[in-house]
Amino acid sequence: MSVLGSVIQWMADPAQWQGPDGIPTRLGEHLHLSIESVVIGAVIALPLGIALGHFGRFGNLAINVSNVGRAVPSFGILVIAFQAFGLGDGPIILALTALAIPPMVTNSYVALREVDPDVKDAARGMGYRELRQVLRIELPLAVPLIMAGVRTSAVQVVATATVAALVAGGGLGRYIVDGLARSDYPRLLAGALLVALLALATELLLAGVQRLLVPRGIRLKEAPVNRVITVKTA
Amino acid sequence: MASRVFLDIVDPWVNWGWLSTHVPYVLAAVQEHVTLTAIAVVAGFAISLPFGVVAHRWTRLRFPILTAFGIFYTIPSIAMFALLIPYTGLGGVTAEIPLIGYNVLVLVRNVMVGLDSVPAEVLDAADGMGYRPLARLFRIELPLALPAIFAGLRVATVSTIGIVTITAVIGLGGLGQLILRGLIESFHTPLVVATVLSIVLALVADLGLAGAQRFAVPWARPA
Repeated sequence: MSVLGSVIQWMADPAQWQGPDGIPTRLGEHLHLSIESVVIGAVIALPLGIALGHFGRFGNLAINVSNVGRAVPSFGILVIAFQAFGLGDGPIILALTALAIPPMVTNSYVALREVDPDVKDAARGMGYRELRQVLRIELPLAVPLIMAGVRTSAVQVVATATVAALVAGGGLGRYIVDGLARSDYPRLLAGALLVALLALATELLLAGVQRLLVPRGIRLKEAPVNRVITVKTA
Repeated sequence: MASRVFLDIVDPWVNWGWLSTHVPYVLAAVQEHVTLTAIAVVAGFAISLPFGVVAHRWTRLRFPILTAFGIFYTIPSIAMFALLIPYTGLGGVTAEIPLIGYNVLVLVRNVMVGLDSVPAEVLDAADGMGYRPLARLFRIELPLALPAIFAGLRVATVSTIGIVTITAVIGLGGLGQLILRGLIESFHTPLVVATVLSIVLALVADLGLAGAQRFAVPWARPA
């Protein structure tokens, strides 16, 4: 039987769509791990990056945090979190959050730095106070790059959550890890396809969110490719 | 936790005694790690050069090239390894195809951006001096694109060193093998040593490439 045929047959089996090892459960676990990590990461990273960018302080730190983040092996961090804090979602979410923070800090720092100083002067001249200026003027202009950072982090977290199956985590990575362990190729391949689709869906969905959040006046100014921080950790 | 209680000893994060007797073992892992990384970066660079030039010259091909490699880049490495196993088995080829593909995206983009940034006057001057297109590309445009290319090489190398650890699931991994061993045996030393060495390797490679850049692009040295 062809490889593809066996995968389709595996996916079509109703047994794969129910129970604790069913696709809906595994997808739910994967989404739970990923969303929680990205949200916690964003709550920490975005205010930090935005504040550093607005005041123009600690630029080296804000830029280098993603360079260092890129150098940290996600597999090692996941296993260390597991060995230090034991089984469960907590240690995995801790590791995923740590990996999600750096790109968001760097991108939001750069985004705020790149707001045209003339625009800030104009806002000040119109009588905007500091906080209102950040919220009403600088943030809307910075949205394309900030969202590019969130997108990068989210895709990496979805990818790394797959690796978490190696440390007895749930999620779609289970199919890959169990498929390998049992030499069950249909399971392995179906898992790989589901993970790939989930990563692509995350990218597309957040690209759509980014499009919606960008103010109409600067719609054409998409985040330029050469300024988006590239991060691939898994 | 249970096994630690059972053995009734506390496993330290680094057991220096074990480490001192396993230096060759660790060095072999480092060597495999460096080899896997070097192949992925060098091959990725070789492939990205023509694509980068094409994307720079023919702006209409820009979107399809960047989108195709962008989709590949988005797919998690562990899924890529799994998808390749039925075709290329467990081993080097299965590990390298995704690693090379990821580097191609990073490097194509930077080659393209670097070539785009060459000033039009410089190109005019080169044409006026009688450079033919290919000679102009290799003698004028690519050297001037080097800062962007080096930036891409640094990102690609550092990322690759991290992702190589995940190839442990298909029997390779370099330092990833030590991480996997630390996981399976609940033994902290190889885990911690491999994670730290992987970070050190990435930072050393980054510094090395930054040094190479200063050497290759003397005119861009910060004053």
